[in-house]
Amino acid sequence: MQDPIQLELSRRDLLISSAATVAVTGVAGSAAAQSAGKQMAYVTKVNFTVNGERRELDVDNRTTLLDALREHLHLTGTKKGCDHGQCGACTVMVDGRRINSCLTLAVMHDGDEVTTIEGLGQPGNLHPMQAAFVKHDGFQCGYCTPGQICSSVAVLEEIKANIPSHVTGDLNSPAQLTAAEVRERMSGNICRCGAYSNILDAISEVGGITA
Amino acid sequence: MKFETPATTNPIDRLKVIGQPIHRIDGELKTTGRAMYAYEWHDPNTPYAYGYPVGAAIAKGRINAMDVTAAKSAPGVLAVVTTLDVGKRKKGKFNTANLFGGDEVQHYHQAIAVVVAETFEEARAAAALVKADYAEERGTFDLSAERRAAKKPDESQEPDTAVGDFEAAFRSASVTLDQSYTTPDQSHAMMEPHASIAAWNGDEVTVWTSSQMIDWWRSDLATTLGVDKGKIHLMSPFIGGGFGGKLFLRADAVLAAFGAKAANRPVKVALPRPFVINNTTHRPATIQRIRIGAERNGKITAIAHESWSGDLPGGGLETAVNQTRLLYAGANRMTAMRLVTLDLPEGNAMRAPGEAPGLMALEIAIDEMAERVGMDPIEFRIVNDTQVDPEKPERPFSHRDLIGCLKLGADRFGWSNRPKVGSRREGDWLIGMGVAAAFRNNLVLPSGARVKLDRQGVVTVETDMTDIGTGSYTIIAQTAAEMMGVGIDKVAVQLGDSRFPVSAGSGGQFGANSSTSGVYAACIKLRDAIAQKLGFNSGDAVFENGIVRSGNRSVPLAEAAGPGGLVGEDTMEWGDLAKTHQQSTFGAHFVEVGVDVATGETRIRRMLTVCAAGRILNPITARSQVIGAMTMGAGGALSEELAVDTRRGFFVNHDLAGYEVPVHADIPHQEVVFMAETDPMSSPMKAKGVGELGLCGVAAAITNAIYNATGVRVRHYPITLDKLIGGLPDVA
Amino acid sequence: MRAFTYERASSVEAAAKAAASNPEAKFIAGGTNLLDLMKLEIETPTHLIDVNGLGLDKIEATPEGGLRIGALVRNTDLAAHETVRRDYGLLSRALVAGASGQLRNRATTAGNLLQRTRCPYFYDPNQPCNKRQPGSGCSAIGGFSRQHAVVGVSDACIATHPSDMAIAMRALDATVETVKADGSRRAIPIADFHRLPGDTPHIETVLERGEFITAVLLPSPVGGKHIYRKVRDRASYAFALVSIGAIIHPDGTGRVAVGGIAHKPWRVEAAEAELPKGARAAARGILADARPTEQNRFKVDLVERALGAVLSEARG
Repeated sequence: MQDPIQLELSRRDLLISSAATVAVTGVAGSAAAQSAGKQMAYVTKVNFTVNGERRELDVDNRTTLLDALREHLHLTGTKKGCDHGQCGACTVMVDGRRINSCLTLAVMHDGDEVTTIEGLGQPGNLHPMQAAFVKHDGFQCGYCTPGQICSSVAVLEEIKANIPSHVTGDLNSPAQLTAAEVRERMSGNICRCGAYSNILDAISEVGGITA
Repeated sequence: MKFETPATTNPIDRLKVIGQPIHRIDGELKTTGRAMYAYEWHDPNTPYAYGYPVGAAIAKGRINAMDVTAAKSAPGVLAVVTTLDVGKRKKGKFNTANLFGGDEVQHYHQAIAVVVAETFEEARAAAALVKADYAEERGTFDLSAERRAAKKPDESQEPDTAVGDFEAAFRSASVTLDQSYTTPDQSHAMMEPHASIAAWNGDEVTVWTSSQMIDWWRSDLATTLGVDKGKIHLMSPFIGGGFGGKLFLRADAVLAAFGAKAANRPVKVALPRPFVINNTTHRPATIQRIRIGAERNGKITAIAHESWSGDLPGGGLETAVNQTRLLYAGANRMTAMRLVTLDLPEGNAMRAPGEAPGLMALEIAIDEMAERVGMDPIEFRIVNDTQVDPEKPERPFSHRDLIGCLKLGADRFGWSNRPKVGSRREGDWLIGMGVAAAFRNNLVLPSGARVKLDRQGVVTVETDMTDIGTGSYTIIAQTAAEMMGVGIDKVAVQLGDSRFPVSAGSGGQFGANSSTSGVYAACIKLRDAIAQKLGFNSGDAVFENGIVRSGNRSVPLAEAAGPGGLVGEDTMEWGDLAKTHQQSTFGAHFVEVGVDVATGETRIRRMLTVCAAGRILNPITARSQVIGAMTMGAGGALSEELAVDTRRGFFVNHDLAGYEVPVHADIPHQEVVFMAETDPMSSPMKAKGVGELGLCGVAAAITNAIYNATGVRVRHYPITLDKLIGGLPDVA
Repeated sequence: MRAFTYERASSVEAAAKAAASNPEAKFIAGGTNLLDLMKLEIETPTHLIDVNGLGLDKIEATPEGGLRIGALVRNTDLAAHETVRRDYGLLSRALVAGASGQLRNRATTAGNLLQRTRCPYFYDPNQPCNKRQPGSGCSAIGGFSRQHAVVGVSDACIATHPSDMAIAMRALDATVETVKADGSRRAIPIADFHRLPGDTPHIETVLERGEFITAVLLPSPVGGKHIYRKVRDRASYAFALVSIGAIIHPDGTGRVAVGGIAHKPWRVEAAEAELPKGARAAARGILADARPTEQNRFKVDLVERALGAVLSEARG
């Protein structure tokens, strides 16, 4: 299906820019403050890599990684569901680990590698987890979906890395890939449409759990 | 087109595309993050500004004055618009509480200002500087305390029904039950908070928003802003869940429009999550009393269901007795609903309003009654089945297979293995099984669509219908493909734009059946146009494999369209079949739970739902609707409750940490079975709604399973462990 | 969120000094609680000192046979550490019972100890709260208090400490190692680290201004069965109604710390002597002087029942 938004934009003959550097306009109050003898500001330059691409931003110190992605880099695949770490819609991978991008500041990620849903796969070139979500209908409204998918990919890695979970039986033997483990580990990603049962099927297929 | 007589054979019955398990056509966009929701609209040439709302800090009263000096001079601020600035507005037809404007505070977190700044961070910081001086007034916030002051609402809300002599029949019944049940206030808690972008161009405004009902919003936004409806262009192509919470115009759109006007810039406003619950609507709490009388053979002779709920002045009932008017037989019956004035946030529709809380109570009562008469609860329901409207026996159901659902489900679930109450234990788990009936009326609304055929043979559907996760994009594409005889890859679907024909919208489980019927009607028009252009008799033209045939002539659709293409547009309207026949959907829920013998924690082990809901347009998306509803029902049974502070008048747990919806770990594998059936009375699609049916009764099935596991009967939702541990075996 | 300046600390000493020189400065590590609160202006630092780059992310054996856990060790890494899993299973279990995978990947050992309460009135700036605004009153008393404390409460505050990890640390007799602004170091027993609300619920720990946690020390392993039992409404991603962190030896003796019932990890050493007699006797001692509200009275029973389950699991 064609993206109706893109269709609308092209209809209006507008260019989609992909500027690597996006300066925050109008950050008033970038006045310097004094602390510990150092000159400091309310705006900080940060360099990080997003989906393999180097990005440099001047961000308001208050800008979360989530808002840097969404509002400055226009990578709106990462969703803001609660902005308080209570839903998981903003899940991205930083240096290979999944985190809530709403509860971390962009300035804290200088030099980091960030992977968002846009970096996993694109229409026509889906990541196996994205394809499995489509196949098993692991979503409805789609708003929690990018976070679910980022988490799913990370969960399989976490189990491989022998990180225990709340339902792990024996802490001293390797973590197992089971339905119960996946359910527990995915619990930081809320889906109000209630696609959990299908999401489990999608992850099971990619991870190779046989029911 | 008007649907006035039961459907006969039509092109939909070919079922080449309709009824097939086709994956969502918007699936790639959603799974790659490319589906753009309201707040995400981005035109690189547009200097968007950010609006941040300010909510009332009191539940009821007036605003004496507001001080925005500090906010206005804060860094980056472009404009501050207060509720006093815009003054009292005309309220939208569908809103109970004012969204914005005037000095009156009707509920906590009602919007009182919007601060617009260059960045989100600046707008949020400045919003905290807005000061309001209130004249606080006493409000009423406690449903149970106010119950005696309840009033009978006006007859348009159909508060009372009665047939026969309930009181006499109940008095003389051999077996009786008289119990009260309560359901709490609940929150939609959709994952995408309400969000809008407004951009003015002269006196015209374009609003990207998150709306289930484009035309309702457009009308109410026009009323609230005081502009002509024709000047408003609304777009809502993707909606991050609604469940009724986005049926009616909300404050984000109004604040964005006022903010954009004041700042002379396009403005984005999203409701912050901790603000959503008290600023918007919720499912009202209920107190319900159910009385049932039966003969020893299990036949119900008397049934009464009364319900009390609250709302703001001018608000409406939570219609929790509705299903009891229709679900079970019984010659003597009465229902009554009373309304209490509460100064809590606005109560309004949430998924399956009425039936969802109503069945939470009724289906416990039925379980209790079955036990009293000494019958299996499935058998008890079968004995009391009815094929006619029990209040108006001359009105048959169009199609009713509750018994089939119960029997098939019992077989699939292994109901015959249900343990005796409190008898099955596995380790620390007490195990039980429960059943409940599902019931939800089938509604239809007028629905329009425009279908275009272009010279590539591509069929494009345009309708202001929305897809809130329900699968509208996909089933509409399937409908158009079936009607026009093309593959689904030859169909494009454009939704959620006020420039398109007005549709039913998404709500009341009327969306799928109504909107595809609208597309059906438009396709009939397009087929006629094609036939006419080719000189075919439209009655015998066959549309198949991208070709239209008549007699020995056949023409590819692309060629038929010609360079200019062809268009068909129509609106499906409805005759009185819903009056002559009761149209409802039915189902049966089966649940197995484990209750921790020590802590009383309930965990669901198995869930099965069987649905009889007419033709299933797409078994994948329909199944998803049902498992989602089962999940919401699990939350309603076990954890969801908006906690009311009856002193300060607000919902205390107003975020996703405090209001606990189910997580992955709460939900087991879920099984859904659809009865193979069609309902020609419902529409040319022969389909009915299913998205709300799946919620109706789930919570009661869970509660009944908890009773079966523990012997503890809880009648007050949610069934949290504190209500169970007093009745569990000693473990210390 | 108020505007703030930001610096990446270059050393522990510099961090402590920077914090001491600015009363409105805060350290930020994982940020999972601080940013949450800053968005609501419950926390309003004017300066943030990012301590993530200080290299305090190591877990090392101590000469005494215990472990020294760097303040910046992430919850995930601590839970997954081989020695922790083997010798301090209670800690591993408590960690993975908390929050979500995403949050545990960011949240740190020190930050977890410094979490603030999840009382919904504390989280709503429009409501009176003595912890947020001293002297304004406690809304939870007489209000929605199902989640709240039943022991160690005061007339000023009935909030609970939300941490799971801290319950394990309390049972394990951990020590919190800090550096003060003047560069001096001290070791604070976990029992003394958190305070009861009293008349000053806004003061939650004994840390001084600028004092910086560098590590948490665990004594040598004590053996026994390690059990963390978290009781909650939903199965995951929820704060505890009650949690039991226990180490039980084959003879029935052991230690128990309880979460979800007090302003600090709750442990009554005297009551532990009753453990061999069973949950009822021990719970009586743990909950002596309990002052529940109407809404959270169930926690008194729940502690006894959950402890009963833990003791039975330990025997089994």
